[in-house]
Amino acid sequence: MSVVAMTVNGKPASADVEPRTLLVQFIREQLGLTGTHVGCDTSQCGACVVHVDGRAVKSCTMLAAQAEGAEVLTIEGLAANGDLHPVQKAFREHHGLQCGFCTPGMIMTAVDLIRRKPELDEETVRDELEGNICRCTGYHNIVKAILAASQEMR
Amino acid sequence: MSGAVTAEGIGQPVRRKEDFRFITGNGHYTDDIARARQTWAYFLRSPHAHARIKSIDTSVAEAAPGVVAIFTGRHVADDGLGGLICGWTVTSKDGTPMKVGPHPILALDTVRYVGDHVAMVVAETLADARAAAELIDVDYEALPAAVALSTCQDEKTAQVHAEAPRNTCFEWELGNKAETEAAFAKADRVVKLDLTNNRLIPNAMEPRAAIGEYDKGSGIYTLHTTSQNPHVARLVLSAFVGVAPEHKLRVVAPDVGGGFGSKIFIYAEETACVWAAAKVGRPIKWTGDRSEAFLSDAHGRDHLSHAELALDKDGKFLGLRVKTVANLGAYLSTFSASVPTYLYGTLLSGQYDLPAIYVEVDGVYTHTAPVDAYRGAGRPEATYLVERIVETAARETGIDPAELRRRNYIRTFPHQTPVIMNYDAGDYEASLEAAMEAIDYKGFAARKSEAASRGKLRGIGMSSYIEACGLAPSAAVGSLGAGVGLWESAEVRVNPTGNIEVLTGSHSHGQGHETTFAQLVASRLGVPLDNVEIVHGDTDRVQFGMGTYGSRSGAVGMSAIVRALDKIEAKAKKIAAHLMEAAVEDIVFENGTFTVQGTDKSLAWAELSLAAYTAHGFPSADIEPGLKEGAFYDPTNFTFPAGCHICEVEIDPDTGITRIVKFVAVDDFGTVINPMIVEGQVHGGIAQGIGQALLEHGVYDPESGQLVTGSYMDYCMPRADDLPNFTLGFTKTVCPSNPLGMKGCGEAGAIASPPAIINAVTDALGIRDIEMPATPARVWEALQSAAPRAAAE
Ligand code: FES
Ligand code: FES
Repeated sequence: MSVVAMTVNGKPASADVEPRTLLVQFIREQLGLTGTHVGCDTSQCGACVVHVDGRAVKSCTMLAAQAEGAEVLTIEGLAANGDLHPVQKAFREHHGLQCGFCTPGMIMTAVDLIRRKPELDEETVRDELEGNICRCTGYHNIVKAILAASQEMR
Repeated sequence: MSGAVTAEGIGQPVRRKEDFRFITGNGHYTDDIARARQTWAYFLRSPHAHARIKSIDTSVAEAAPGVVAIFTGRHVADDGLGGLICGWTVTSKDGTPMKVGPHPILALDTVRYVGDHVAMVVAETLADARAAAELIDVDYEALPAAVALSTCQDEKTAQVHAEAPRNTCFEWELGNKAETEAAFAKADRVVKLDLTNNRLIPNAMEPRAAIGEYDKGSGIYTLHTTSQNPHVARLVLSAFVGVAPEHKLRVVAPDVGGGFGSKIFIYAEETACVWAAAKVGRPIKWTGDRSEAFLSDAHGRDHLSHAELALDKDGKFLGLRVKTVANLGAYLSTFSASVPTYLYGTLLSGQYDLPAIYVEVDGVYTHTAPVDAYRGAGRPEATYLVERIVETAARETGIDPAELRRRNYIRTFPHQTPVIMNYDAGDYEASLEAAMEAIDYKGFAARKSEAASRGKLRGIGMSSYIEACGLAPSAAVGSLGAGVGLWESAEVRVNPTGNIEVLTGSHSHGQGHETTFAQLVASRLGVPLDNVEIVHGDTDRVQFGMGTYGSRSGAVGMSAIVRALDKIEAKAKKIAAHLMEAAVEDIVFENGTFTVQGTDKSLAWAELSLAAYTAHGFPSADIEPGLKEGAFYDPTNFTFPAGCHICEVEIDPDTGITRIVKFVAVDDFGTVINPMIVEGQVHGGIAQGIGQALLEHGVYDPESGQLVTGSYMDYCMPRADDLPNFTLGFTKTVCPSNPLGMKGCGEAGAIASPPAIINAVTDALGIRDIEMPATPARVWEALQSAAPRAAAE
């Protein structure tokens, strides 16, 4: 066991964990932030995406220890001061979610995507969502929501 | 106020009430639950498709760090627990009931598929449980396995269950054999087609999970689990497995991350967790990982069929005969026997006036995971068969595919098919015309030659589908072998302050019931949407319900709410009559206000609600205080959503890659409560249909029975860049069989789209058939084998 410390959603967070603890386990089990989900065991589905030092990361693919000292943002921390992020709003407005299980990862991926590529088109969005699987929506409204949010944020 | 109500009313694209919690990470899925002192379960699974268990030695594992207990099939049997059941009994054509092998919760002496449950390790942490499972010493005698569907009925193939010779569970038939033979005898043309309906693995994004608890003081068991129908789970666990009596067992299905059928069924894992919670005296949590989901969630489809269609010289259909072998897997799952029979054979008339149909289905066991309902369940298989053979008939007769369909559409209703169903309403030509218009069918030839000039192959294909939803009239399904009734319940509780809780037996796992059901109630009672709370998924709160599958929650679940609202309104009017000193016949209820006809007397909804509970203003000897009503609604018929999907593809002959250039879906769902949500359901269904047609395939090694496609590295899930934007349209014939006129929309996309896509792909390639999924490799191979012939011509 060893102590891992980082900043999560703006607050200091630390716990004594086994070295093999994944970042997603640290977030869900140690911190009780269960908005970040686990949908696979092969780093394919993207349900677990969070931001580590401002970049989208699959938190099932990273040890908690590797995030030592990092700034981590999870879905719970995205709505700054209680105001929904434009991407969150767009997912609701355009019905970009059904069961909601892929949604936190989709939203965190989309926020990072819009930051990296402010001028988005449909093809780019579809390409960039390669690492996020949704079984419910057929992606149609997810793509629509991301394009709308990127317009809104320009 | 009334303006606001209208904007939230029936037919409006109201944004979903449930979204806030999901977009902020505040959903409550089963794996999000953590209990004090909880333990973790891990299941040791069979590495063999078929083996005899000679012995299991758990002694080393039991001494491993963190281990609390280890359970095997012996413990389960010694405790007198029953096995898992199939809730539908199918009778073979010789009159004998289907042949059912035992389905133990943990294997006793035989394992029957890779992933079968051998032991449950309960430990302080998941890592401990996993590590200890590796220390269990199981002595297996590996046996030959029955894997391939095409050979599993051979005499020399290994037996899955001694009860079922030739691995045949049932040999079922439907329709009229003699009439069908006569139809074929007078036919001018017979079109024949062999079809494979590929095995699919459902893959709801939330893996199955469970947490079982036992309270020693009350003797009450609680199971939180990923279920589409928690009451049915409780009934099965109580009445058949015998975990606990119904009144001592609470089952909760909190937020559930998608189901698509796979979470209807009662599985070994949750059963073992709740049963063993009492044994270890602590909560037991299990969360499946994706690999376990691939191995042990019930799979879907997996049919081999031969179909023949008889036509007269004008292209009028005379008869259809079908022989299907349907894979049931190693054990019968909760509803598996109904899927390739009553949910399949009954839809073989499609949208067509087909005077004679005869279908035979052999349900067979194999040493693979159980196969049960997956989005559409039987109806996609039927639609695929009908729409592929109709398309083939069009090509062979030279009649345009749209024209051939038109010539054979059913045009008068009600229409009795030769296979049980009585279609109540529809206008099939309307959706065909709308879809052809939307895809510019006339312009296809020009687009095809333009593509050819770029060296690409274009194809177009359509599918005129029908499905039976709104499952189902209880007496009817009972006569066909169902072990349950398929009504739905609702309870409307009006609180003294006028806000409303609606308890429903339907379960939402993505469908948006919290919004659509509230739209119905809010518009009927004239209250804001936010004053209506939809309660579901907890056997402690909702008395009973049959759950959500088969696109039944609108047609059946909401109809139950309508019935309860009728009672609420009737009682409220009686109270209003007393309060306003008028005759009850003169009370008008509109926009949340009670008025007395011809006077200016009025009473607001909130005043009435309060008065119902103070009970000061009416004689409580005549009218009971309070305002709460329940209803059980049993449908009078199935509902028949129908429509036309058309797909246009472009194939790159160099790579074999198929690109869907345009996909048009025109559907008739009857009354639509929330078009935004309905469109979302269609999108998701089409995506799964495209997955089946082009990408997804659950494959077992035919010799070893190992699952070859056991992860997202090998099983090709549709991703955003595999799919196009969808063009949707709607036509409407109101369903006469329920009070709202709804038909159901959840499965249409998955049912309609595969044949449209394969019709388009075979059109582009100029070939008769291609097996699903039409992967680039298969398309390329088809091009290579077609090429020399083309060159020779
Ligand atoms: S859980 Fe991280 S990619 Fe699937
Ligand atoms: S909304 Fe259910 S998986 Fe995406």
